[in-house]
Amino acid sequence: MIHQYKNNGYDIVLDVNSGAIHIVDDPTYDMIGEYEQKSKEEVISDIARKYPQETEEDIREAYDEITQLKDQKALFTPDPYQDRVIDYTRRPTVVKAMCLNVAHACNLSCEYCFADEGLYFGKKAELMSFETGKAALDFLISHSGQRRNLEVDFFGGEPTLNFDVVKQLVAYGRQREKEAGKHFRFTFTTNGILLNDEIMEFANQEMDNVVMSIDGRKEIHDRMRPFHNGDPTWDIIVPKYQKFAAMREALGKQYYVRGTYTRYNLDFAKDILALADLGFRQISIEPVVAPREAPYSLRTEDIPVLCEQYDILSREMIKRHGTPEEFNFFHFMIDLEGGPCVYKRLSGCGSGTEYVSVTPDGSIYPCHQFVGKTDFCIGDVYNGISRDDIVTEFKGCNVYSRPKCRECFARFYCSGGCSANAYNFTGNLRDVYEIGCALEKKRIECAIMLKAAYREKGE
Amino acid sequence: MKHIETLNEKRLQNTVEHGGCGECQTSCQSACKTSCTVGNQHCENPAQR
Repeated sequence: MIHQYKNNGYDIVLDVNSGAIHIVDDPTYDMIGEYEQKSKEEVISDIARKYPQETEEDIREAYDEITQLKDQKALFTPDPYQDRVIDYTRRPTVVKAMCLNVAHACNLSCEYCFADEGLYFGKKAELMSFETGKAALDFLISHSGQRRNLEVDFFGGEPTLNFDVVKQLVAYGRQREKEAGKHFRFTFTTNGILLNDEIMEFANQEMDNVVMSIDGRKEIHDRMRPFHNGDPTWDIIVPKYQKFAAMREALGKQYYVRGTYTRYNLDFAKDILALADLGFRQISIEPVVAPREAPYSLRTEDIPVLCEQYDILSREMIKRHGTPEEFNFFHFMIDLEGGPCVYKRLSGCGSGTEYVSVTPDGSIYPCHQFVGKTDFCIGDVYNGISRDDIVTEFKGCNVYSRPKCRECFARFYCSGGCSANAYNFTGNLRDVYEIGCALEKKRIECAIMLKAAYREKGE
Repeated sequence: MKHIETLNEKRLQNTVEHGGCGECQTSCQSACKTSCTVGNQHCENPAQR
């Protein structure tokens, strides 16, 4: 299977099963489209008619180059993975990543919050105790098999509302990792309101990554991310984020400013550029995932406008590439040489198997998006996994178990997409969230085009 | 090649033999919490790289 598209003056061909990416000239682009459908002489005749300026020698040469790549299994490569994935789904369950919801409470009232303003549909705010957190880390270590790198993201709600417990848990994790031969990678996600020098210094010592929530332009951010009383927050957080980001950059440590775009800012490229203009170099802005009836939810008819925004953004990134204004956009990152193996690409985020979420009372869910959906609770950190049936269902989620993914060119980049989104929109873990798919495909196309453009600029 | 420039050397089918170690980062632990972005994760298996 191949995927062909044109973007920003580049003729791009993706060989889906090998991952090989080719930039070609116009006649070759058309020739590749016909190559598997017609005989060699028919193809050459068609191309000669369409491109009278091309010599027959050139056309035959291009045809031979295509054949050479096919022989090298870099074009029209058949799918060699489908049988292997069945074995892979029978793998032992190993947990290696945990979203630790240390606070089901929040000091903001973000309109689009999937977590019910931090409460996750619970009746009251709840903070995780140190004892429960310890049990969660113990559960992670004891279920991690041979995995060395264990990831813990302190999440919420707002984790800075319970930061003393975060600090205690990091200390406990550092102690346990030595005994257990593991390495914890701690991260946290914050809305910035309570961020202070002490937290920044602690995070700079202990956190592999920090995610700072902000939506972009002041008016866009303040509309969706106010305090409970409606007061704005942008002016409070931006100076702190700028300081924190500068500290992380000086230390060579990872950070992201991360936001959400909605139907209220379909021109979201401006928000990404606004963040870049504030000095942030690591930016992630994602489409909102919200019920159809929400006024800010994205709709099918918005897709062309949103895709155009990704084009605008990618062209601006090319302009800024190699200048002090250059920045990285998370969803255009693509690692063509050192990217994940095919097993990772088949099985995706690992929710419900490798990746779980733990609530303040110690309940375990397949991921943060399922927290509060009590039918999906798979156990607790004290007694372990009690719902192997649900774990088995998640373990079986892969690109081949989702019929719509089998024929999609993007399947080895999104790996079947988000199970929670699929469930929320279709009621079926093995279906897909169509708007999310359309946007992900566009992002992949832009990401590949950027690789070609950066190469041309001499990266 | 004159008509085709290939951007990458890595081939997915070559990762079948030594892949699956599971040491790489979980996508939702990086900077996305609502979309599955796996293709940008880095392989952490020395035998694979």
